[in-house]
Amino acid sequence: MPSIEAQILETSVRELLIEKGVVSGEDIRRAIEAMDSRGESLGAKIVVRAWMDSEFKERLLNSSDDAIREFGINMSPMELCVVENTDEVHNMVVCTLCSCYPRPILGIPPAWYKRRDYRARAVREPRAVLQEFGTELPDGKQVRVHDSNADLRYLVLPKRPAGTEDWTADQLEALVTRDSMIGVSDVRRPEEAAA
Amino acid sequence: MENKYNPGDKVRILQRNQPGHVRTPIYVRGKTGVIERVVGSFPNPELLAYGNPGLPYKMLYRVNFKQSELWPDYGGPSSDTLEIEIYEHWMAPA
Repeated sequence: MPSIEAQILETSVRELLIEKGVVSGEDIRRAIEAMDSRGESLGAKIVVRAWMDSEFKERLLNSSDDAIREFGINMSPMELCVVENTDEVHNMVVCTLCSCYPRPILGIPPAWYKRRDYRARAVREPRAVLQEFGTELPDGKQVRVHDSNADLRYLVLPKRPAGTEDWTADQLEALVTRDSMIGVSDVRRPEEAAA
Repeated sequence: MENKYNPGDKVRILQRNQPGHVRTPIYVRGKTGVIERVVGSFPNPELLAYGNPGLPYKMLYRVNFKQSELWPDYGGPSSDTLEIEIYEHWMAPA
Protein backbone atom coordinates (compact mmCIF):
# COMPACT_ATOMS: atom_id res chain seq x y z
CA MET A 1 0.00 0.00 0.00
CA PRO A 2 1.30 3.47 -0.82
CA SER A 3 1.80 5.73 2.18
CA ILE A 4 -0.89 8.23 3.05
CA GLU A 5 1.50 11.04 2.08
CA ALA A 6 2.01 9.49 -1.35
CA GLN A 7 -1.75 9.21 -1.81
CA ILE A 8 -2.30 12.84 -0.91
CA LEU A 9 0.49 13.87 -3.30
CA GLU A 10 -1.01 11.77 -6.10
CA THR A 11 -4.48 13.22 -5.57
CA SER A 12 -3.13 16.78 -5.51
CA VAL A 13 -1.08 16.40 -8.68
CA ARG A 14 -3.93 14.63 -10.50
CA GLU A 15 -6.47 17.31 -9.54
CA LEU A 16 -4.08 20.08 -10.59
CA LEU A 17 -3.41 18.44 -13.97
CA ILE A 18 -7.14 18.16 -14.60
CA GLU A 19 -7.85 21.70 -13.36
CA LYS A 20 -5.18 23.13 -15.68
CA GLY A 21 -6.49 21.11 -18.62
CA VAL A 22 -3.28 19.08 -19.10
CA VAL A 23 -5.25 15.83 -18.96
CA SER A 24 -8.89 15.03 -18.46
CA GLY A 25 -10.50 12.63 -16.02
CA GLU A 26 -11.47 10.57 -19.03
CA ASP A 27 -7.81 10.33 -20.15
CA ILE A 28 -6.83 9.00 -16.74
CA ARG A 29 -9.72 6.55 -16.57
CA ARG A 30 -8.83 5.24 -20.03
CA ALA A 31 -5.17 4.80 -19.09
CA ILE A 32 -6.15 2.84 -15.98
CA GLU A 33 -8.54 0.70 -18.01
CA ALA A 34 -5.83 -0.04 -20.58
CA MET A 35 -3.38 -0.94 -17.81
CA ASP A 36 -5.90 -3.23 -16.11
CA SER A 37 -6.85 -4.94 -19.35
CA ARG A 38 -3.32 -6.15 -20.04
CA GLY A 39 -2.84 -9.61 -18.71
CA GLU A 40 -1.38 -13.00 -19.10
CA SER A 41 -3.10 -13.74 -22.43
CA LEU A 42 -0.59 -11.51 -24.23
CA GLY A 43 2.29 -13.32 -22.55
CA ALA A 44 0.72 -16.66 -23.46
CA LYS A 45 0.55 -15.64 -27.13
CA ILE A 46 4.27 -14.80 -27.10
CA VAL A 47 5.19 -18.07 -25.40
CA VAL A 48 3.12 -20.16 -27.82
CA ARG A 49 4.58 -18.35 -30.81
CA ALA A 50 8.05 -19.26 -29.51
CA TRP A 51 6.98 -22.88 -29.02
CA MET A 52 5.68 -23.13 -32.60
CA ASP A 53 8.24 -21.02 -34.44
CA SER A 54 11.91 -21.67 -33.72
CA GLU A 55 13.09 -18.63 -35.68
CA PHE A 56 10.87 -16.40 -33.51
CA LYS A 57 12.08 -18.15 -30.37
CA GLU A 58 15.68 -17.42 -31.31
CA ARG A 59 14.85 -13.72 -31.69
CA LEU A 60 12.78 -13.69 -28.51
CA LEU A 61 15.74 -15.00 -26.51
CA ASN A 62 18.42 -12.89 -28.16
CA SER A 63 16.73 -9.62 -29.09
CA SER A 64 13.62 -9.74 -26.98
CA ASP A 65 12.50 -6.13 -27.49
CA ASP A 66 12.52 -6.50 -31.27
CA ALA A 67 10.68 -9.80 -31.15
CA ILE A 68 7.78 -8.53 -29.04
CA ARG A 69 7.32 -5.37 -31.11
CA GLU A 70 5.34 -7.59 -33.49
CA PHE A 71 2.82 -7.94 -30.68
CA GLY A 72 2.55 -4.17 -30.37
CA ILE A 73 4.52 -4.14 -27.13
CA ASN A 74 7.11 -1.49 -26.38
CA MET A 75 9.08 -2.02 -23.17
CA SER A 76 10.93 1.30 -23.35
CA PRO A 77 12.65 2.69 -21.31
CA MET A 78 13.06 -0.81 -19.85
CA GLU A 79 14.31 -3.81 -21.78
CA LEU A 80 12.88 -7.29 -21.86
CA CYS A 81 14.95 -10.33 -20.93
CA VAL A 82 13.45 -13.73 -21.74
CA VAL A 83 14.84 -16.74 -19.89
CA GLU A 84 14.13 -20.26 -21.09
CA ASN A 85 13.20 -23.26 -18.96
CA THR A 86 14.81 -26.47 -20.16
CA ASP A 87 15.24 -30.03 -18.92
CA GLU A 88 18.27 -28.78 -16.97
CA VAL A 89 17.22 -25.32 -15.78
CA HIS A 90 14.21 -23.81 -14.02
CA ASN A 91 14.02 -20.00 -13.96
CA MET A 92 12.16 -17.92 -11.39
CA VAL A 93 11.71 -14.14 -11.23
CA VAL A 94 11.58 -11.81 -8.23
CA CYS A 95 12.24 -8.14 -7.59
CA THR A 96 13.81 -7.93 -4.16
CA LEU A 97 13.93 -4.12 -4.09
CA CYS A 98 10.33 -3.35 -5.06
CA SER A 99 7.99 -5.08 -7.50
CA CYS A 100 9.47 -4.65 -11.01
CA TYR A 101 7.40 -6.79 -13.36
CA PRO A 102 6.89 -7.00 -17.16
CA ARG A 103 3.65 -5.01 -16.96
CA PRO A 104 3.30 -4.31 -20.70
CA ILE A 105 3.12 -8.09 -21.18
CA LEU A 106 1.62 -9.54 -18.00
CA GLY A 107 -0.32 -6.58 -16.61
CA ILE A 108 -0.53 -5.89 -12.89
CA PRO A 109 1.61 -8.16 -10.71
CA PRO A 110 -0.16 -10.50 -8.28
CA ALA A 111 -0.31 -9.33 -4.66
CA TRP A 112 2.11 -12.02 -3.46
CA TYR A 113 4.77 -10.83 -5.92
CA LYS A 114 4.95 -7.54 -4.01
CA ARG A 115 4.98 -9.08 -0.55
CA ARG A 116 8.12 -8.84 1.53
CA ASP A 117 8.19 -12.54 2.32
CA TYR A 118 8.15 -13.57 -1.36
CA ARG A 119 10.78 -10.96 -2.21
CA ALA A 120 13.07 -11.99 0.63
CA ARG A 121 12.61 -15.74 0.40
CA ALA A 122 12.71 -16.19 -3.39
CA VAL A 123 16.42 -15.37 -3.39
CA ARG A 124 17.23 -17.03 -0.06
CA GLU A 125 15.37 -20.35 -0.30
CA PRO A 126 13.85 -20.55 -3.80
CA ARG A 127 13.20 -24.27 -3.64
CA ALA A 128 11.14 -23.94 -0.47
CA VAL A 129 9.11 -21.15 -2.10
CA LEU A 130 8.62 -23.20 -5.26
CA GLN A 131 7.43 -26.11 -3.17
CA GLU A 132 4.80 -23.89 -1.53
CA PHE A 133 3.59 -23.04 -5.04
CA GLY A 134 3.31 -26.78 -5.66
CA THR A 135 6.40 -26.93 -7.82
CA GLU A 136 8.63 -29.87 -6.91
CA LEU A 137 11.95 -29.95 -8.72
CA PRO A 138 14.55 -32.72 -8.68
CA ASP A 139 17.95 -31.83 -7.23
CA GLY A 140 19.45 -32.48 -10.64
CA LYS A 141 17.61 -29.50 -12.11
CA GLN A 142 19.28 -26.15 -11.61
CA VAL A 143 17.20 -23.36 -10.11
CA ARG A 144 18.18 -19.97 -11.52
CA VAL A 145 16.64 -17.01 -9.73
CA HIS A 146 16.53 -13.65 -11.51
CA ASP A 147 16.44 -10.56 -9.35
CA SER A 148 14.69 -7.93 -11.46
CA ASN A 149 16.41 -5.10 -9.63
CA ALA A 150 17.24 -2.54 -12.32
CA ASP A 151 16.47 -1.89 -16.01
CA LEU A 152 15.47 -5.30 -17.33
CA ARG A 153 12.08 -6.94 -17.02
CA TYR A 154 11.88 -10.72 -17.11
CA LEU A 155 9.64 -13.23 -18.80
CA VAL A 156 10.11 -16.95 -18.28
CA LEU A 157 9.65 -19.06 -21.40
CA PRO A 158 8.20 -22.25 -19.92
CA LYS A 159 8.74 -25.69 -21.40
CA ARG A 160 6.20 -26.97 -23.89
CA PRO A 161 4.67 -30.10 -22.39
CA ALA A 162 5.15 -33.42 -24.13
CA GLY A 163 2.14 -34.74 -25.99
CA THR A 164 1.05 -31.37 -27.39
CA GLU A 165 2.86 -31.67 -30.73
CA ASP A 166 -0.34 -31.47 -32.80
CA TRP A 167 -2.13 -28.87 -30.65
CA THR A 168 -3.31 -25.59 -32.15
CA ALA A 169 -2.10 -22.21 -30.93
CA ASP A 170 -5.42 -21.61 -29.14
CA GLN A 171 -5.16 -24.93 -27.31
CA LEU A 172 -1.56 -24.25 -26.32
CA GLU A 173 -2.34 -20.74 -25.06
CA ALA A 174 -4.80 -22.23 -22.59
CA LEU A 175 -1.87 -24.06 -20.96
CA VAL A 176 0.25 -20.97 -20.31
CA THR A 177 -0.48 -19.38 -16.95
CA ARG A 178 0.75 -16.15 -15.41
CA ASP A 179 2.62 -18.06 -12.71
CA SER A 180 4.44 -20.18 -15.30
CA MET A 181 5.76 -16.98 -16.90
CA ILE A 182 6.98 -15.71 -13.51
CA GLY A 183 8.53 -19.11 -12.99
CA VAL A 184 6.86 -20.21 -9.76
CA SER A 185 5.18 -23.09 -11.55
CA ASP A 186 5.12 -25.06 -14.76
CA VAL A 187 2.36 -24.62 -17.32
CA ARG A 188 -0.94 -26.47 -16.93
CA ARG A 189 -0.77 -30.16 -17.63
CA PRO A 190 -2.26 -31.03 -21.03
CA GLU A 191 -4.81 -33.40 -19.45
CA GLU A 192 -5.89 -30.58 -17.10
CA ALA A 193 -6.56 -28.21 -20.02
CA ALA A 194 -8.31 -30.85 -22.12
CA ALA A 195 -10.70 -31.68 -19.28
CA MET B 1 30.26 3.78 -24.02
CA GLU B 2 32.88 1.07 -23.47
CA ASN B 3 32.24 -1.88 -21.22
CA LYS B 4 35.08 -2.60 -18.83
CA TYR B 5 34.01 -6.21 -18.23
CA ASN B 6 33.06 -9.04 -20.56
CA PRO B 7 30.99 -12.19 -20.16
CA GLY B 8 32.93 -14.73 -18.11
CA ASP B 9 34.91 -12.13 -16.13
CA LYS B 10 34.96 -12.63 -12.39
CA VAL B 11 33.88 -9.57 -10.42
CA ARG B 12 33.45 -8.67 -6.79
CA ILE B 13 30.53 -6.45 -5.83
CA LEU B 14 31.67 -3.51 -3.76
CA GLN B 15 30.94 -3.49 -0.06
CA ARG B 16 29.82 0.10 0.23
CA ASN B 17 27.28 1.74 2.47
CA GLN B 18 25.46 4.30 0.44
CA PRO B 19 22.11 5.88 1.22
CA GLY B 20 19.54 6.70 -1.44
CA HIS B 21 18.04 4.97 -4.46
CA VAL B 22 20.71 2.28 -4.79
CA ARG B 23 19.88 -0.73 -6.96
CA THR B 24 22.55 -3.02 -5.51
CA PRO B 25 20.89 -5.05 -2.75
CA ILE B 26 22.89 -5.68 0.41
CA TYR B 27 22.84 -9.46 -0.07
CA VAL B 28 25.20 -9.29 -3.08
CA ARG B 29 27.61 -6.69 -1.65
CA GLY B 30 31.07 -8.12 -1.07
CA LYS B 31 30.19 -11.27 -3.05
CA THR B 32 32.01 -12.64 -6.09
CA GLY B 33 30.21 -13.54 -9.30
CA VAL B 34 30.69 -13.92 -13.03
CA ILE B 35 29.53 -11.51 -15.74
CA GLU B 36 26.67 -13.22 -17.60
CA ARG B 37 26.09 -10.49 -20.19
CA VAL B 38 26.67 -6.83 -20.90
CA VAL B 39 23.22 -5.21 -20.86
CA GLY B 40 24.22 -1.72 -22.04
CA SER B 41 24.40 1.81 -20.68
CA PHE B 42 21.56 3.32 -18.66
CA PRO B 43 20.96 6.54 -16.74
CA ASN B 44 22.44 6.29 -13.26
CA PRO B 45 19.43 5.41 -11.05
CA GLU B 46 21.12 6.91 -8.02
CA LEU B 47 20.71 10.35 -9.66
CA LEU B 48 17.68 9.67 -11.86
CA ALA B 49 15.52 8.98 -8.82
CA TYR B 50 15.98 12.56 -7.63
CA GLY B 51 14.95 14.40 -10.77
CA ASN B 52 18.41 14.47 -12.40
CA PRO B 53 18.97 13.15 -15.92
CA GLY B 54 21.25 10.45 -14.50
CA LEU B 55 24.42 11.52 -16.31
CA PRO B 56 26.90 10.12 -16.99
CA TYR B 57 25.19 6.89 -18.00
CA LYS B 58 26.47 3.76 -16.30
CA MET B 59 27.25 0.43 -17.91
CA LEU B 60 24.93 -2.31 -16.66
CA TYR B 61 25.74 -6.02 -16.49
CA ARG B 62 23.99 -9.19 -15.47
CA VAL B 63 26.08 -11.02 -12.90
CA ASN B 64 25.67 -14.70 -12.05
CA PHE B 65 26.33 -15.90 -8.50
CA LYS B 66 26.39 -19.36 -7.04
CA GLN B 67 23.74 -19.48 -4.32
CA SER B 68 26.35 -21.00 -2.00
CA GLU B 69 28.44 -17.83 -2.46
CA LEU B 70 25.50 -15.62 -1.44
CA TRP B 71 24.33 -17.81 1.44
CA PRO B 72 26.96 -20.06 3.02
CA ASP B 73 24.19 -22.21 4.54
CA TYR B 74 22.17 -22.47 1.30
CA GLY B 75 20.08 -25.61 1.50
CA GLY B 76 19.73 -26.52 -2.19
CA PRO B 77 22.07 -28.19 -4.69
CA SER B 78 25.42 -26.48 -5.36
CA SER B 79 24.44 -25.90 -9.01
CA ASP B 80 21.69 -23.40 -8.07
CA THR B 81 22.44 -19.81 -9.11
CA LEU B 82 21.10 -16.27 -9.00
CA GLU B 83 21.41 -13.57 -11.64
CA ILE B 84 21.08 -9.87 -10.96
CA GLU B 85 21.77 -6.55 -12.71
CA ILE B 86 24.74 -4.60 -11.37
CA TYR B 87 26.12 -1.25 -12.57
CA GLU B 88 29.81 -1.01 -13.36
CA HIS B 89 30.59 1.44 -10.56
CA TRP B 90 29.49 -1.22 -8.06
CA MET B 91 32.07 -3.85 -9.07
CA ALA B 92 35.79 -4.55 -9.17
CA PRO B 93 37.83 -7.30 -10.85
CA ALA B 94 38.04 -10.43 -8.71
